[in-house]
Amino acid sequence: MQVDLRILRYDPERDAAPHWESYSVDAAPRDRVLNLLQSVKDLQDGSLTFRRSCAHGICGSDAMLINGRNRLACRIRVEQLGRKVSVAPLGGLPVVKDLVVEMEGFFEKYRSVMPFFVNDTPTPARERRQSAKDRERYDDTTKCILCAACTTSCPSFWAQPSYVGPAAIVQAHRFIFDSRDTAAEDRLEILADDDGVWKCRTTFNCVTACPREINVTGAILEVTRAIVARHG
Amino acid sequence: MRIDTDAIVVGAGGAALWAALELAHEGVQTAVLTKLYPTRSHTGAAQGGVCAALGNLEEDHWEWHMFDTVKGGDYLSDQDAAEVLAREAIERVIELEHMGLPFNRTPEGKIDQRRFGGHTRDFGEAPVKRACYAADRTGHMILQTLYQQCIKAGVRFYDEYHVVDLLFEGGDANEGGRAAGVVAYRIADGEIHTFRAKAVLLATGGYGRAWRITSNAYSLAGDGMALAYRRGVPLEDMEFYQFHPTGVYGIGILLSEAARGEGGTLLNRDGERFMARYAPRLMELAPRDMVSRAMYLEIRDGRGIDGKDYLFLDVSHLGRKVIEEKLPDITDFARIYLGVEPLREPVPVQPTAHYAMGGVPTDLSARVLRDETGALVPGLYAAGEAACVSVHGANRLGTNSLVDLLVFGRRAGKAMAEDVRGGTLPEIAADADEPVRAEIEALRTRAVGERPDTIRAEMTRLMDEKVGVFRDATLLSTAVERIGELRERYARVVVADRGTTFNTDLLETRELGYLLDCAQATAASALARKESRGAHSREDYPERNDAAWLAHTFAFRRDDAQPDLRYKPVSITRFEPKPRTY
Repeated sequence: MQVDLRILRYDPERDAAPHWESYSVDAAPRDRVLNLLQSVKDLQDGSLTFRRSCAHGICGSDAMLINGRNRLACRIRVEQLGRKVSVAPLGGLPVVKDLVVEMEGFFEKYRSVMPFFVNDTPTPARERRQSAKDRERYDDTTKCILCAACTTSCPSFWAQPSYVGPAAIVQAHRFIFDSRDTAAEDRLEILADDDGVWKCRTTFNCVTACPREINVTGAILEVTRAIVARHG
Repeated sequence: MRIDTDAIVVGAGGAALWAALELAHEGVQTAVLTKLYPTRSHTGAAQGGVCAALGNLEEDHWEWHMFDTVKGGDYLSDQDAAEVLAREAIERVIELEHMGLPFNRTPEGKIDQRRFGGHTRDFGEAPVKRACYAADRTGHMILQTLYQQCIKAGVRFYDEYHVVDLLFEGGDANEGGRAAGVVAYRIADGEIHTFRAKAVLLATGGYGRAWRITSNAYSLAGDGMALAYRRGVPLEDMEFYQFHPTGVYGIGILLSEAARGEGGTLLNRDGERFMARYAPRLMELAPRDMVSRAMYLEIRDGRGIDGKDYLFLDVSHLGRKVIEEKLPDITDFARIYLGVEPLREPVPVQPTAHYAMGGVPTDLSARVLRDETGALVPGLYAAGEAACVSVHGANRLGTNSLVDLLVFGRRAGKAMAEDVRGGTLPEIAADADEPVRAEIEALRTRAVGERPDTIRAEMTRLMDEKVGVFRDATLLSTAVERIGELRERYARVVVADRGTTFNTDLLETRELGYLLDCAQATAASALARKESRGAHSREDYPERNDAAWLAHTFAFRRDDAQPDLRYKPVSITRFEPKPRTY
């Protein structure tokens, strides 16, 4: 089938502003949007620029705005979209070139929530025990691949870029609710800041956007409740 | 720009991150350079598990794990290395748990373990539960956990810096030179940066993108292997390349062996579990080389599904609970990429290019070998898939890639920390970056020539057809010749993007050059080895020949000729080579 593919292009060395370009691409129904982009790059315009690596939804490189929704280009099939496909860079982050956005600020926020396991008690000779139930408690948020689809779909983040954003809260959640970790208080303190959980307006855009089907808003609400409970 | 540091780590997968963590704990100033963001590294794609003889569910011993590794490697594994791997796997997995890795748990709260291909009890008697796992995203959790700990330890990352050359003091590696640093291209703006250090680790992963049907990420272009090879470092055992049995049909994305570990079966067009005829004891859990060969033969004999080039992986009998709790990602892949519902229907699969057993030769401390005599390249280290220790020999067992990067990534970090203590920074010329700067500039500005994608398409098709599961002299000599032609055409390649901002066209074209180097070493090494061993199956030499070929291949690059091939004896400590049956 022929797909009418529109891409929001921008090369800071040549263009004053982003602009739409159209491409006609020959595709199979099961092809993914990443295949379309690769086809344009191989056969029509080698300068088309996008990030990609694993091509099967685990590395988180190719999140972009596809037909108005944040998704991973390697996970959305042409047959799910129809003959008209539009692709633009993630919103709310500075565009570097074409579909590539500046990720540094996103990762800086991620690093700000102590996204690492803390337990300074003496380590046992073998594993620390954890019940299957306690393990299950934070399972959902261990799936996060830091693709930024959630944070860049969030109206609160668009309006106030200082908001730490859903992805960072998800990453904090993964440790706050891990029975082996001892630094939950510190993380809750960080997220109780003005730029923390309070900026969530529960629009659920992040849940729709997450390619890992994490209940992102649910995780934010759990963290919020933990903060409220803490302040009694 | 010029940056001085004590240690450099190239890459940011599991081996790189564990080395960086070790260096940080030792207080060594370290720069980690990655062409991606660390969490994009391909360690994250590993699904099924990481083996360690914890014995949490049934009796197990590291000696059994060592034996399985050696036998799985068709006796080409260096047994001193396999012993280190199996012993230290236990400590590393426990240490990962202490770093917070969310392993699945037994009812007593211990790390849960499951079966995996080729891993047995009592030296090959029956499958054993040895693979520790976190659902089917074990690699994802290892990558995340190590990166998180690196953040905690304050490791300095240079994200989206593409390393384009290695620097030496006193001549290249083959001239006795010492590693002195790297040249890196900052992807964001095309600036060239020179990093100088006392020790350099190559942990850049494999080169699976040399094939068309592959499980590998786009980024796996053999960067570290090719850069070292160009600077006089040999590549070891490149003919041993693993084809994983269960790639998604037509695409190559991996469906983990965990599916078979949990009881999934392989079926031909008659609905027969054909593995009964090839490996009656282990069936679908035989090592990957044997399963891939069996699948290839079934297809060739017309027993592929509808007579086509694929077979079925069936998990439907395992029930919803097992499938959704233990194999969620696999299920998701089948649904997304094939539109197949594994709860009800079998999944079309075919063997897919997966893992390089070969790579940059190292000793047990991840120090790079200069030649087959065991002489070292001072200051240069390699670990993970980029390296060849050799623990995997002629065929790697499932999960041992993760074990390898944990054990030898850590060993690299330890050895590097020792190495940099007290030593002085190497001398490098002010214009040390000039050769690669000129190469890049020439590529960026060349006006007329061939686009890289036609060369890439021909290379990958050639590797699928001629350097695949089964080989013979005719296929391989054609491959060697055609890769030579492709290399000549590559010398005149042009890019469409002439800019300096985030120029992926330029960098992907450079990666194609790395792939061609790796492909050439692979085909030439394979043509020379006149026997069948592990993943290297010669139809014209169907038997293993220990008298002539119980040896590691060392391929040395030559500019305008085929590589020079030399051989190194295998370390045999505990297990005399025996016929390999399962």
